[in-house]
Amino acid sequence: MKKLAITSVAAVALLSGSVLNADTLKILTWKGYAPKALVEKFEKQTGIKVELTYSNNEEMISKLRATRGAGFDVAQPSQDRISSVQAKYKIYKALDYSKIDSKQIITSMLDAVKKNTKVGEDSFGVPFCYGTSGLIVNKKLAPNAKDYSDLLNPEYKGKISYRLKRPTLIGVAFAKGDDPFAKYGDTKAYKALMDSVQADLIKAKPLAKNYYANGDALLSMLRSGEVTVAMGWDNGGWKLHKENPDLDFVAPKSGALGWIDTFAIPAKAKNVAGAYKWINFMLKPENAAYFTNDQAYGTASKGATALLDAEKKANFQRSFSKADIDNIKWYPPVPAVLEKIEGKILDKIKSAK
Amino acid sequence: MNKHTKFGFYIFFIPVFLWLFLLIVLPHIELLFMSLKYENDMGEMVWSLQNYKEFFSEEIYWLTFLRVALYAILVTFLTFVVTFPIAFYITKVVSPKYKGFLIILLLMPFWVSELVRVYGWMILLRESGVINYFLVSLHILDKPIEMLYNDVSMIMGLVYTSMLFMVVPLISSLDGMDDSYIEAAHDLGASKFIIFFKIVIPYTAPGIVSGSIVVFMLTLGNYLTPNLMGGKNSLWFTEQIYNQFIASFNWNQGAAFGFLLLLLSSLIIWIGLKLTKQNLAKALS
Repeated sequence: MKKLAITSVAAVALLSGSVLNADTLKILTWKGYAPKALVEKFEKQTGIKVELTYSNNEEMISKLRATRGAGFDVAQPSQDRISSVQAKYKIYKALDYSKIDSKQIITSMLDAVKKNTKVGEDSFGVPFCYGTSGLIVNKKLAPNAKDYSDLLNPEYKGKISYRLKRPTLIGVAFAKGDDPFAKYGDTKAYKALMDSVQADLIKAKPLAKNYYANGDALLSMLRSGEVTVAMGWDNGGWKLHKENPDLDFVAPKSGALGWIDTFAIPAKAKNVAGAYKWINFMLKPENAAYFTNDQAYGTASKGATALLDAEKKANFQRSFSKADIDNIKWYPPVPAVLEKIEGKILDKIKSAK
Repeated sequence: MNKHTKFGFYIFFIPVFLWLFLLIVLPHIELLFMSLKYENDMGEMVWSLQNYKEFFSEEIYWLTFLRVALYAILVTFLTFVVTFPIAFYITKVVSPKYKGFLIILLLMPFWVSELVRVYGWMILLRESGVINYFLVSLHILDKPIEMLYNDVSMIMGLVYTSMLFMVVPLISSLDGMDDSYIEAAHDLGASKFIIFFKIVIPYTAPGIVSGSIVVFMLTLGNYLTPNLMGGKNSLWFTEQIYNQFIASFNWNQGAAFGFLLLLLSSLIIWIGLKLTKQNLAKALS
C-alpha cells in the first residue's frame, strides 16, 4: 500500500514537473488579438509554446487580482485601466523599456501610454493596437443616425441595441454636450452627470431592442436587419460593410471614443523573457500588418501602415474625416472610485421598468 | 469497530473531507471575512456590517432578489406541471418495453451543454428565426415579431433547462408506487381527481420535494439563461453578484451578496418545507 502511494505521488510529481519545465507563454488577451498564423510563426521561431486565454478588461483585472498577478506571462488591458488598478492591487511588473524594440512603435503613442500607465517612477504598458467605439448603422434604413443621441431616438424604436457598459454611459454623456473625461477628477460633478445619463437611458429603455452581451450577437442582429442603429466597435462595422455596403461604422458627431490596448506583464509572470519576445514579435511591421489586415484594428507599429490592404485604408477614410479624427475622445486613466458609481448606475438602468 | 473497517472508513472519509474542507469550507470562510469588511471614506478596510446593510437599504438590490425568488418559485411550479404527466406516462401508462427508450429520449438533450441549448432556443425564437419564418410564409403573420427578450421566453427557457432535475426524481418515486393502490381506489369508487390528490401526490411527495429544491436552487443561481434570453429588465441576482466582483471591483459587496443569496434561499426552502409539512430527510432518502 505504502509503496503504491509513494510511486503514485512520484509519478504525479514527475508529470507535473515536465509540464512546468516546458517553455510555455501564457497570454491573457482579447479574442482576435493573437491570430493563429502569428502564434504558429512565433512558436516556430522561438520554440516557445503559446497558450491563449480570452477575456475582457474587467475580467482580466479580476483574474489577476485573484491570483495577485500569477498565472499569466502577458496581459493586454486597455491603457486607461492600468494605473489605478496597479496602484491599488499591484498586479503588474514594471516594464524594462530597454528590452522593447521602441524603434518599431509609433513614438507619440508609446509616450502617451508610458505617461498614462505611470505609477510612481515606473510605467506598465506598451501600446499594441487602437480603435474606436461609435455607431454601427444600417444606412439604408436609418440614414440620419449620426450621434449617440440616436440610440435614444424614438424614430428607431425597437431597432436599437447597445451594451450596458461604461462606454455607453460615456457616449451618451458626450452627446448631451458635456465632457465626462474633464470631470474624472471631480467625483461629485461626475456623479451628477452620470445621474442625468441614467435618467435619459431609463426613459429611452422602451426604445431599445435589447442590451447585447457580445459582439457576435450584435453583428448577427445587424446583418439580419433586426437592428439598424447600434453602438459598437469600428472594426465590427467595417467587417459588416464588406458583406453588405449598406452597413457601416459611423464616427459620432460628438466624437468617437478612442481606446488603446497594451501589453503588460503580470507581477508573478514566470516566463518574462518570453513575454518581451512576444511583445517585440507582435509589433514587427510585417506581423502587425498581418494582424490589422486580419482584424481591422489600428496598429501601434510604425512600419505597418505601408503594408496594409487598400481596403483597410479605405475603411478608415470613409468613416473618419479629418475633423472626426481630431474629435476622437481618447480615454484618460480611470480613477477607481468612478467604477463603483458607474456599476450602481448600470444596475439601476437594467432593473428599471 | 475492528482495525480493518476503521482503515476502510478513513480511506473513504479523508478524500470527502479534504474536498469539502479545501474547496468549499475554506473559500467560504475567506468570503465571509471579506463580506464583513468595508472600505471607509479614508480608503481603509474596517470591520463592518455595511455591506449587508447596503442590500436592505438600496431598493434595487432587495427588489431584484425578491423578483428573482418569485420567478424561481414560478419556474419550479411550472416545471412540475410540465414534467409530472411525462413521468406518469413513462412509469404507469406505457408498456415497460419502451420505458428505457423513452427515458433515454428525455435525457438526450441534456447531454449537450446548457449554453448550446439556450442558443438553440434563440435560433428558433428570434425575429429572423425559424418559427417566425414559418408563420410568415404560412401567412399567419404579416411580418415577423420579436419573441425573444421578454419574461415569457426567459421563463420558458428556465423551465426547459431545469426539466431534467424534476423528471428524474419524479420517475423514481412513481416507479416505487404499487399500481394496486390506484386499482383499489378505483374499485372503491374514488374519482380520478381524488385518486390523484389523495394517493398519487402524497406517495410521490418526497420526489416532488427533492426535485423542487434542486430546480428552485438552480433557477435562483442561474446566470446564463436570464442573461441570454431575458430582455432589458432581466436583471438576475447572480448577475448583480457578478457585477460587484467583476465590473465594480467591489469583492466585499459581492461576497456579502453571495452569503445573502445562500441564507435567503435556504430560508425560502425551509419555509416551503414547513408550509407543505414535508421533511427534508425523508425527501432525500
